[in-house]
Amino acid sequence: MKTHVIVFPGSNCDRDVAVAIQNIIGSSPDMVWHKDSTIKQSDLIVVPGGFSYGDYLRCGAMASTSPIMKSVIENANKGVPVMGICNGFQILIESGLLQGALIRNSSLSFICRDIIIKPTNTKTIFTNKSKISKMPIAHNEGNYFANSNQIKEIEDNDQIAFQYCDENGDINAHSNPNGSINNIAGVFNKSKNVLGMMPHPERAAESIHGCDDGRNIFESLLS
Amino acid sequence: MLAKIHITLKKDVLDPQGSVIANSLKSLGFDNVNDVRQGKFIELKINSNSKEEAKKQCNDMCEKLLANLVIEDYSVEIEN
Repeated sequence: MKTHVIVFPGSNCDRDVAVAIQNIIGSSPDMVWHKDSTIKQSDLIVVPGGFSYGDYLRCGAMASTSPIMKSVIENANKGVPVMGICNGFQILIESGLLQGALIRNSSLSFICRDIIIKPTNTKTIFTNKSKISKMPIAHNEGNYFANSNQIKEIEDNDQIAFQYCDENGDINAHSNPNGSINNIAGVFNKSKNVLGMMPHPERAAESIHGCDDGRNIFESLLS
Repeated sequence: MLAKIHITLKKDVLDPQGSVIANSLKSLGFDNVNDVRQGKFIELKINSNSKEEAKKQCNDMCEKLLANLVIEDYSVEIEN
């Protein structure tokens, strides 16, 4: 598998996700600087977490105009799997590849802790091995918002990827860490080859992390 | 020319910062404050032959970058 990880000024999960890809998928990813303009051939592009451009204007807004994003969008439109984690999710939303918006957590606090998510649609390249999983979130703007028409469209097209839940898999207000509508933790594009998610599977990808539930997302990509 | 751009959250988007600001204002004794919405103000200088053209360009900037139309509305004023 040919894999790529995009690196922006302020990315800080690029190395973590590269290690997860190397260990689980067995591919050594090309680290692509945001000023590069083309990714010629890829089987997976990851837009990693971090604080690209210091979160100026809105999280992900500046990075979405970086030269490399044109190529990411072109590849996504050709069907190449593209995955955005945390700030990467914010960047994919700002670039128009995913619907909705990520606004300030309802608590107004930066949240860094383990949460539990449940896959909502397990028939995709990213989630075919997914189950109820524990992994960390670390964000200030992870509160997923879309208006009622957009939510209906996303639900009708099975575009919800993950929802925050409790240990039993129940999706309720108590298990919602940030105020996201319908506990949404991740969404797909219409054709399900683009995934954005706030939780960090690469930070729960080997036993030394204390939990390796995040592996199932990378393992799904292998099948 | 000088462009003054206001970016505000749409009415159906909750503004937790605004709510906290409202509470703080009340605790300072401004009891008649009911609703606070926080937004952004962007000022930029722009070379243009006409106010209309400058406004058109600023609208385009808002659509493409300055505002996120899923959650925000914008308004543009142009001054000489």
